[in-house]
This record gives sequence, structure tokens and C-alpha cells, in this order.
Amino acid sequence: MANKIKTLQELQEIRERVAKTVVNRKTLSPEDSFGGGECPKHHVLVCGGTGCVSGGGRVIFDEFKVRLVEHELETQVKMVFTGCFGLCAKGPIVVVYPDGTFYQLVEQKDVEEIVREHLIGGKPVARLASKEKDECGNEKTIANSAFYKSQHKIVLQKCGLIDPENIDEYLAYDGYLAYEKAVRNMSQDELIENLKASGLRGRGGGGFTTGMKWQFAKNSVSDQKYVVCNADEGDPGAFMDRSILEGDPHAVIEAMMIAGYAIGATMGYVYVRAEYPIAVDRLKVALEQAREYGILGKNAMGLGFEFDIDIRLGAGAFVCGEETALLRSIEGGRGEPKQRPPFPAVKGLFDKPTLINNVETLAAIPHIILKGPMWFSSIGTEKSKGTKVFALGGKIKNTGLVEIPMGTTLRTVIEEIGEGIPGGKKFKAAQTGGPSGGCIPASHMDSPIDFDALIELGSMMGSGGLIVMDEDNCMVDIAKFYLEFTVEESCGKCTPCRIGNKRLYELLEKVSEGTAEVSDLDKMEQLSKYIKENSLCGLGQTAPNPVLSTLKYFRDEYMSHVVDKKCPAGVCTNLLTYSILQDKCIGCTLCQRACPVGAISGELKKPETFVIDVNKCIKCDACVPKCKFKAIVK
Amino acid sequence: MNKLKTTQDAFVETEEQRQAFDKVLDSLKKTPGPLMGALQQAQDIYGYLPIEVQNRIAEYFGIPLADVYGVVTFYSQFNLTPKGKYKVGVCMGTACYVLSAGPILERLKTMLGLQAGGTDAEKLFTLEATRCIGCCGLAPVITVNEDVYGKLKIDDLDGIINKYRGMGKDNG
Repeated sequence: MANKIKTLQELQEIRERVAKTVVNRKTLSPEDSFGGGECPKHHVLVCGGTGCVSGGGRVIFDEFKVRLVEHELETQVKMVFTGCFGLCAKGPIVVVYPDGTFYQLVEQKDVEEIVREHLIGGKPVARLASKEKDECGNEKTIANSAFYKSQHKIVLQKCGLIDPENIDEYLAYDGYLAYEKAVRNMSQDELIENLKASGLRGRGGGGFTTGMKWQFAKNSVSDQKYVVCNADEGDPGAFMDRSILEGDPHAVIEAMMIAGYAIGATMGYVYVRAEYPIAVDRLKVALEQAREYGILGKNAMGLGFEFDIDIRLGAGAFVCGEETALLRSIEGGRGEPKQRPPFPAVKGLFDKPTLINNVETLAAIPHIILKGPMWFSSIGTEKSKGTKVFALGGKIKNTGLVEIPMGTTLRTVIEEIGEGIPGGKKFKAAQTGGPSGGCIPASHMDSPIDFDALIELGSMMGSGGLIVMDEDNCMVDIAKFYLEFTVEESCGKCTPCRIGNKRLYELLEKVSEGTAEVSDLDKMEQLSKYIKENSLCGLGQTAPNPVLSTLKYFRDEYMSHVVDKKCPAGVCTNLLTYSILQDKCIGCTLCQRACPVGAISGELKKPETFVIDVNKCIKCDACVPKCKFKAIVK
Repeated sequence: MNKLKTTQDAFVETEEQRQAFDKVLDSLKKTPGPLMGALQQAQDIYGYLPIEVQNRIAEYFGIPLADVYGVVTFYSQFNLTPKGKYKVGVCMGTACYVLSAGPILERLKTMLGLQAGGTDAEKLFTLEATRCIGCCGLAPVITVNEDVYGKLKIDDLDGIINKYRGMGKDNG
């Protein structure tokens, strides 16, 4: 293989050359086209995030390639398979530049039409384009659409803009300049001071000041130190880190190199969930390319420091998101947490000082180095600086990935960016922080989202899952769902977590089955407090949060289960009885045919004869969606 | 994390599997902390981790078999028993859960006659309640091996399962 190692000068030349060819992706103005000649006229970006790929993104991308060859357009159109655009609800997404047309819900059969009408005819396919209009009835640009308008993209900036499998495109957006700047212009202490001044806090859940963490790791004296990237994103309903790795893997590599320089480490590990195959593949490609260019390796970028990175895969244990458990797993052991201190910064991986940062935290660092700590700290609230990425999911129209400045209210996220709840239902609660977090009720919709405000509300930032629930969700059931998760994922090392959470779960089961007493609710609170105070690691210490926060904000609902033996949301099957409202029924027999156990009897067109035999009914809910007249109630 | 202690079926391996596995072991010789990688790649080769394979890993790296077994049983992705040809995974992430993943799992249990984690006698289907696979925009989601089915309705399940049942029969 030819020696591909690049000098700083050569890297700069690539940046400038490629910047010219990607420039029209930056602007949405049609005047900025390419210089003509050999350069492709259009860029077609197809979302290659997991959501869109599952919806057929890869097939669409391949179809474009076939069609372009058929029309002899392959030199005039550049196809790019990008990372996530964020608006997963409308995927698969295709964006055509230079005009920036944002195609939604694209299918394979639409490709030919886009090629013919848009790429050849110059007229976007209105049927597939986003159709938002402003007050004057003009079509809004995608940047001004409800979903994107209130967002502020820093770590997601390049997701959906560059080809994550092409290092040149990363370079074109000032890639690896932050590392160059850090090593050439800053001492290790200056670099760490910069990071402290930026106010960056860990995005993985704890919210610890990143600069301090780096300082501790730097202060430790050892022949070998490690930098570890925590990409074990286990919270159900959270996919921020995955999207960053899929859309901009080089940002994480560059940040780990900067960390290596700052603390004096030569080796890094990325610990990533095996459930994220696309992210793992892109990261592998990125590492390979960085090595080829001499960016990673001995004498990295010719700047005199050595750094390399290895990937380690998880194997399905949520507790490995906890830092000491994660290190144990890399070492090849059971992922059980250890008592801290000693902290990993003193004694971590293979007993050497180790710096562990989460993906999103790392991805912000090159931006901070290039634009300065003051720029970063000017965004956000007093104690939470910068932006935070949330995975918006559940009962919300615009499911997807959003990046907002810290301090944005929940209302903005749900009503503006998310465009509210589908089906005209009422907002009930938003759950942040996954199994460690809590449910925030409608009365706190106007609280700003930042580390401290969320803790105040009995929830936490966590890694950034934000699940919206409506009136059809039972809060007892949700608390049970999360606790079942933690019970299963508890590693079993410490008693409060292993047994305490199991007992707490049993109490919740009693509530949902209608056999609990009012005193059980107090018992649950007491037990929760005990588990939080006595568990060894973050998993146990936060496991009761979903129970405590629902008890705090939705006590009425618990009381209905306990005292009235009713589940107001109609979820807890033990407390439901199905019946037919004969005045609404028209006797169509659809429900009768849907019932798997023959519990519904009645004669065709005689609504007064329709009844459900409660002794036969298995409460499977098969009949309810079949009835168009809402005649079945529970 | 309850698992069966020993495997029911006798362990047989092909020559290719054996060679591939030897290669994996050699490639990890100098890796610090090789156990997880060895187990993951062994499972890719054999489909599961019979005690014979665990034993060979233990001997090669000089790790007590008890420790190897301890690691295998700790992580949910390691299997001690062979799985079905089609792994049906119901995503139980929060986004899917609030959009009715529970009833979908229940229906699949009845359709396949399996509990979550179970494999049928013909080794055609394994039913799994999986952790969040991260395509929450498509919730509720099930996967069959590498295929993803999103925005599912309970009524779609019959068609999906029958498709694989047909494919399984066609291929013998």
C-alpha cells in the first residue's frame, strides 16, 4: 500500500479542496452552485441513520445510483449517504442540494420521479417535499420549519451534512484542526483550563464537570493512561450517542486524541453497544481512514504525540454504562461496579489512570477548542452550558433527535419542536433520564431543561431520552416498566439494589393488580429512599426515581388503583372490565369476530343483545380497536 | 439472567468452524482483556457458546472456566443454547412500550407458542423481548434477524410470521 500519511500542509490542502465541493450544502441559496465543468451539479443526501435505514434508506440510496446511471447523470450528481437528519418520524429522508429540498417519507418507487422532475427537470417534486407554510402562505425553508427552528446544532451539526465514511468531508468542516490547535498552541494545563471555563458537564447522566475530570486524570502519575469513550447507550428510548457515532464518528476520534494529549494517554477505547451495528461499522471505517492519513498512530499528524483507538463491544448489560463496570467489561470480566474511590482517574482500566467521557460530551470538545470556551459558555443556563441532544419519542408527532440550548422549556420541545401529541390526546407526562429519571407532569411544562432543574423536579438529565406520554398511559404501569428493567439489569453485587428493587417491584405489582393497601404506598417511598441511599452504583442509586416521581406527581392515580381498584388510563388489565355501550353499538358483529375466546355474544343488527361475558373475557383488547363507534368501554 | 446450566444437544462442529475459531484465538493472543472479544466471535461462528467452546477459550487464555462461565451468564447476548433460524425480537424500549409493544409481544407468544427467550422444537423461531434498538421513530418495532418491521399493528403479525414460516419450510 502506498504511503498515504499526510503532512499538516497536505491535510490543509484537502480541507480547502473539499470545502469547495461541499460548500453548497452549507447554504440553502441556489446561486452558490459549483464551478461547473467536472464538478457534480447536485448533491443528493440520503439519511443513513438507523431509523431511516430500517425504513428503507439503503434501498433508496442504491435505487438512486441505478437511476442515475440509466440517465447518464452519475458524474453530475453526487450521492451521499449521511448520518441522521433528526426528523425520524418523517423518514426515510432525502435532501437535494443546492436548493435544499427536504423530501420526506420517500419510497423506492419515488426515486425515478425525483431524478426526472428535480435533477433533470429542475422542478422539485412538491408531493414529497415538506409543506410547511408561514403566515403569508409562502413555503418555509427547512431551517425555519417548526422542527428545526428552535434547535441549535453543535454536536449534531455535521450529522446529515457530511458523508461519515469519508474523512475528507470531515476535514472540509475544519476536521482535526482542533487537535492541531490544541497541540501546537496550548499547554496541557491551558487546554484543561479552557475546558473548565467552557462549563461543559458530562452528557452521560452524572453531569460532572468535564474539565475537572480531565484535571484529575492528568494529575495522576503513571507510565500508561487510557482514554475511554462510553458509547454504551443503554437507556431505552435514547439514541443520541448512536446518531453521533453514525453521523460524525471523526468528531469522537478527534476529541479522544485531544483528551489523550491533555492527560498524557497514548491509547483509547470506545466501548459501544453491540446493538448498534451501523455505528460500529462507521467507527471502524473512520478509524481505518484516520490511521491511513497518519492522524492516528505513532507521531499522530506529525505533531509528536502517539495515540490509537480500539473498539470494544458490549454484550447486553445495562449496568456497563456505569464507568467502573464498563472498565471491568473491557478487561474481560463481569460488568460489576466497584466501590469509588479510587476513581478511574486514579485507578481505572487495567489499574491505570483512565479518563472516561460519554460520546456526546466528547463530540462537543473540538467545537470548544476551535471557537473558545466563552462562545460555549454563552449558550445555556447559569450552571448548564451549551446544548443537549434529546431523543424525542413516544406519543409525539415529530419523533426524532433534537439539539436544544440548555434552559429550553419542556413546552418548547413538546409543543413547538415536537408539534404536540397525535390524535388530539392530552399531554400527561414527559419522562427524562430513562430508568434513572422521572416523569414530569403537565404542571411543570414551563420549567427550563437543565441539569439542576431536572433534579429539582425529581428526574434527571440522564443521557437524553425524552419520552412523551398521553392520557392513555398509566403512570403505575410506566413506573413498573422501568423498575422491571432495573430489576433485570441489576448486576446483583449489592443487596439494596438486588433485593430492594425486587421488593419495590412486587409492591408495584400489588398496586397494578389492585391488591395493595394505602400503607403500601408509604412503604414504597421508604424503601425507595433506602435503596437510593445505600446502593453501590448509579444504577441502584437512581432506580427508584421513576417510582418516586410518579408517586409525587400522580398520587391520585396510585390512589385510584389502591382505593377504587380502578386504572383510570385503562392499562392495568386486572382492574379492567370490558363492557358494551348498547346505545352506541349498531350490532355489526366486528367485535364478536375479533374476540379470540368467544366472550362476546349478540345478534347481527340487534345492538341491545350485545354483551361481553366477563368470565370468558381475557382482556386482550382485540375488540376495542375494531369498534368504529367507540361502543366498547373498559 | 436465568440460564440453563448445560446444553441439551450434543456439540458438533465443522472443520471450517474449527479453523475460524483457531484463527480468532490466535488473533487475540496479544490483546489485553481478550475474553469478551473471544466469546463474541466464537458465538458468531457457532451461533451459541457450548461448554466445549468455553472450555477451549479458558484453556487458551489460562482463565478459569468458572470465570469464563461467569462472564457468559452475566451478559444477556451470550447464549448457552442454540437459537432458532429466525430470531424474532420485540423491541421493549420505552418508545415502543408506550405504543403497545406489550400486546404485540403477547400476541407473538400465542402465535409461536413460545415464552420470551424460548426456541421452538424445530429450531425455526426464537422469540426475544429485546432492549431498545434505537429506531424509536418507527415504534413499535419488531425485528426478524436483520429485517426491521416498524410502525407495526397487531394485525400485521400474522403475515410477517407466515412469511418466515414459509421460507423456513422452503429451505428444508
